[in-house]
Amino acid sequence: MVRTATIQRKIIITAIAWTIGLLIFFPVLWTILTSFKSEAQAIADPPVFLFFDWTLENYSIVQERSDYLRYLWNSVIIAGVSTLLGILVAVPAAWSMAFTPSKRTKDILLWMLSTKMLPAVGVLYPIYLIFIQLNLLDTLIGLIVVLMMINLPIIVWMLYTYFREIPKEILEAARMDGASLQKEILHVLTPMAVPGIASTILLNFILAWNEAFWTLNLTAAKAGPLTAFIASYSSPEGLFYAKLSAASTMAIAPILILGWFSQKQLVRGLTFGAVK
Amino acid sequence: MATLDSRTISRMMMAPAVFLLLVWMLVPLTMTFYFSFKKFLPLRGGDLGWVGFENYIRFVTSSSFWPSVQATLAIVGGVLLITVFFAILLALLLDQPMWGQGIVRILVIAPFFVMPTVSALVWKNMFMDPVNGLFAHLWKFFGLAPFEWLSQASLLSVTMIVSWQWLPFATLILLTAIQSLDREQLEAAEIDGASTLARFYHIILPHLGQAITIVILIQTIFLLSIFAEIFVTTQGSFGTKTLTYLIFQRVLESQNVGLGSAGGVYAIILANIVAIFLMRIVGKNLDK
Amino acid sequence: MRKKSALFAAGLLVFAVVGGTFNQSHAATVVTIATVNNGDMIRMQGLTDDFTAKNPDITLEWVTLEENVLRQRVTQDIAAKGGQFDVLTIGTYEVPIWGNNGWLVSLNDLPPDWDVDDLLPAIRNGLTVDGQLYAAPFYGESSMVMFRKDLMAKAGLEMPDAPTWDFIKEAAAAMTDKDNEVYGVCLRGKAGWGENMAFLTATANSFGARWFDEDWKPQFDSREWADTLNFYVDLMNSYGPPGASTNGFNENLSLFQQGKCGMWIDATVAASFVTNQNDSTVTDSVGFALAPDNGLGKRGNWLWAWSLAIPAGSDATDAAKKFISWATSREYTELVASKEGWANVPPGTRKSLYANPAYQEAASFAEMTLNSINAADPTQPTVDPVPYTGVQFVAIPEFAGIATQVGQEFSAALAGQQSVAEALEKAQALTTDEMEAAGY
Repeated sequence: MVRTATIQRKIIITAIAWTIGLLIFFPVLWTILTSFKSEAQAIADPPVFLFFDWTLENYSIVQERSDYLRYLWNSVIIAGVSTLLGILVAVPAAWSMAFTPSKRTKDILLWMLSTKMLPAVGVLYPIYLIFIQLNLLDTLIGLIVVLMMINLPIIVWMLYTYFREIPKEILEAARMDGASLQKEILHVLTPMAVPGIASTILLNFILAWNEAFWTLNLTAAKAGPLTAFIASYSSPEGLFYAKLSAASTMAIAPILILGWFSQKQLVRGLTFGAVK
Repeated sequence: MATLDSRTISRMMMAPAVFLLLVWMLVPLTMTFYFSFKKFLPLRGGDLGWVGFENYIRFVTSSSFWPSVQATLAIVGGVLLITVFFAILLALLLDQPMWGQGIVRILVIAPFFVMPTVSALVWKNMFMDPVNGLFAHLWKFFGLAPFEWLSQASLLSVTMIVSWQWLPFATLILLTAIQSLDREQLEAAEIDGASTLARFYHIILPHLGQAITIVILIQTIFLLSIFAEIFVTTQGSFGTKTLTYLIFQRVLESQNVGLGSAGGVYAIILANIVAIFLMRIVGKNLDK
Repeated sequence: MRKKSALFAAGLLVFAVVGGTFNQSHAATVVTIATVNNGDMIRMQGLTDDFTAKNPDITLEWVTLEENVLRQRVTQDIAAKGGQFDVLTIGTYEVPIWGNNGWLVSLNDLPPDWDVDDLLPAIRNGLTVDGQLYAAPFYGESSMVMFRKDLMAKAGLEMPDAPTWDFIKEAAAAMTDKDNEVYGVCLRGKAGWGENMAFLTATANSFGARWFDEDWKPQFDSREWADTLNFYVDLMNSYGPPGASTNGFNENLSLFQQGKCGMWIDATVAASFVTNQNDSTVTDSVGFALAPDNGLGKRGNWLWAWSLAIPAGSDATDAAKKFISWATSREYTELVASKEGWANVPPGTRKSLYANPAYQEAASFAEMTLNSINAADPTQPTVDPVPYTGVQFVAIPEFAGIATQVGQEFSAALAGQQSVAEALEKAQALTTDEMEAAGY
């Protein structure tokens, strides 16, 4: 009796969950489907769902017009390096906040987060002038620095919450055993910190990848990432749904795939200290 | 001696991050301050001298100012409400035993990976377009006149688009929180005959409290500065001109850097009011 | 798990290192071109092999952006003197202002065979400041009525070559068939100085309205503006497509191509798109007429030229000049004609094109385009005298910002969120405010 009841319940829940999941995912799915249609089919009335002449034409048009790989490359470099640099700066800071907290620790942490609230448009002109002076316009380095600064508060915050979970007793026990500082870090702490660091990297990589204000305003031909790539497809003359969909799919596919493959790490770490 | 030493080390470890953020904050901020007291019109020759508080007065007395503050609060508040409410439901649902849980989770996370520009473009053109959009087809299928989303319900449309992007984030955090819930306590309550609603209200919701404050804090930080969604969909028409967008209009469209900078200073003040308010709550939770 | 993340991190680092060496600068002169993602520009980008074959020492880098983003980027860069671009795609609004500021390189020394005297006088004047040509026109346009001959015939009407606004309204009423998704008239409604305000300012001219009187006082409280806006809102609400307040040029183009508009009053360049068999479903039934008037001696057509200019301070001025004289030459026109047919060449810049029998034959819209361009007078845009030049814009730096905000008020009026009177009142207030801020 109980068993059939739970199975019935499981069936219903599965059905509901799948329906909702598909609904939430639908805009992405629809974009991907549309990217394989011809422009005429993309606006067909009534809309065609699966039974149309699948074509790769849009992808070849987009690739011919803009060198996708170059934008992809820039995106990977900017998001990747800015995240790693951020981690390098943030790990020591978060570490000391977590293990030798002082009265000021919390204030500093909250102050760091508050710098994220600076409205980007408000400081565009100053940053632009500084970039001109330092010759950083349209360079990967310039964007890496900006995106690192933007995400640094989030990185410190996330790492701090992970490190705080590491029991101090383990540290002390290792010291009692006479482990050197180096060994302590290498063999005791690193394994415990790695999952947190991994999910921090993932989340900030995604945030940096999707950042669209600075990456668009500080680049021209050389350093433009995928956000700049998409800006040339957003509303051209004539029918454009299929081409826009193809460009969109190309812009989001890498991060979507990365996100899906590493979702376990991402999900495990995505707590911001909210879960004790 | 040892404590002093460890304190010094700890300071040195924090120094790079603190120093970088200080520079990142102070340099542009000082420049914005400087510009905000100037008549600075790049298209008319640039720096045209000091004007005192004129820009500040002009910015707030402009007919667009209060509507823009309202629009900002409406969008931020609306998105927070929608995402938190649906994220709680979704997290509860995803926590139940089912087939293909991993795949459902993948489907639900997907919007978070989509760039704001792309999601705004896709929603605007392929869903909300009153002639060729999917919603229009759906409405017509039910014999209704297509709804003009972006002009008739512009704030709602923008809120919907942004909520779609942030729902996964809220869901994931709340889901992790629910999974850490003490199962025995729940089962005990069930045996005691507590109704589903009572269990949710007395056990699950309090447990989620902290996770919800974190969701609100992090999302608010990002939502206060949303730009791409508005730039792509309405360009600030139909009452969707947020404070951020108004500053954009002053600085870039009107090329009045002085006026825009004064707006920037106001935005910083607004952000800090919100921040102090939020951090009071979160700060308390951090101590728990 | 550990291995995976370590691998991931290492991978990124390798990318970074390789990326650093990958981005070394080229030996050739690099010309960075900022352009808009319109069809003709995309075609130009596709044909650059012809240019680089003739100029192997020049490398072209393209920054192709959507119009709004392009304007924002280019204006920001030139105002702050960022120097990121060597060739800018700008229009007849920017050229006089920027030229006056000394921000553009004079193009008076382009080679003689480029033949500056072949340019249409209206266009050439619009790009010249104090005798210096500051930009070379890539394509020029006015606006005109494009209509469906089949629908007109079905409605039992005949479009005159020079219709009045009253006739447009009558025809729109006769052609509208909402059950079959055919709307009598499609017009711009999307807010923006280059979107609805271009159309409305030009239309206002034909109603005798003006932006400013001779003392630079805003005129939105005048009866002429009220007439203009009331007519427009009423026309669109009765016979326009749904969601008209978010439709710009591109949206209307796609509606027209799908056969959903009876008439469309917009840029003359659209003619080659709506008659293009690849994209359009109404290719054979499109007719053209001059923009409407109200019997006041001014028609509601504008004048615009997307042009190529070189910012002062570019480090590749000579190479940029070579590129511009290639892209705006007669030879380029012939190149496009040989590859894509005469109907697809960039229109509206040169007299020789309109004298060319091959073009006249291929482009049914040629004559109407030329007449429309010639009918626009930027120095005397409307009935009453004005202190500014520009047909669908006012050539002062503040205009873009002001008109976009005014456009938003008008767009909201079209969407029914406020009355026409309210919209005009707000427009008057905010224009007065902005002009004061600018020191008028």
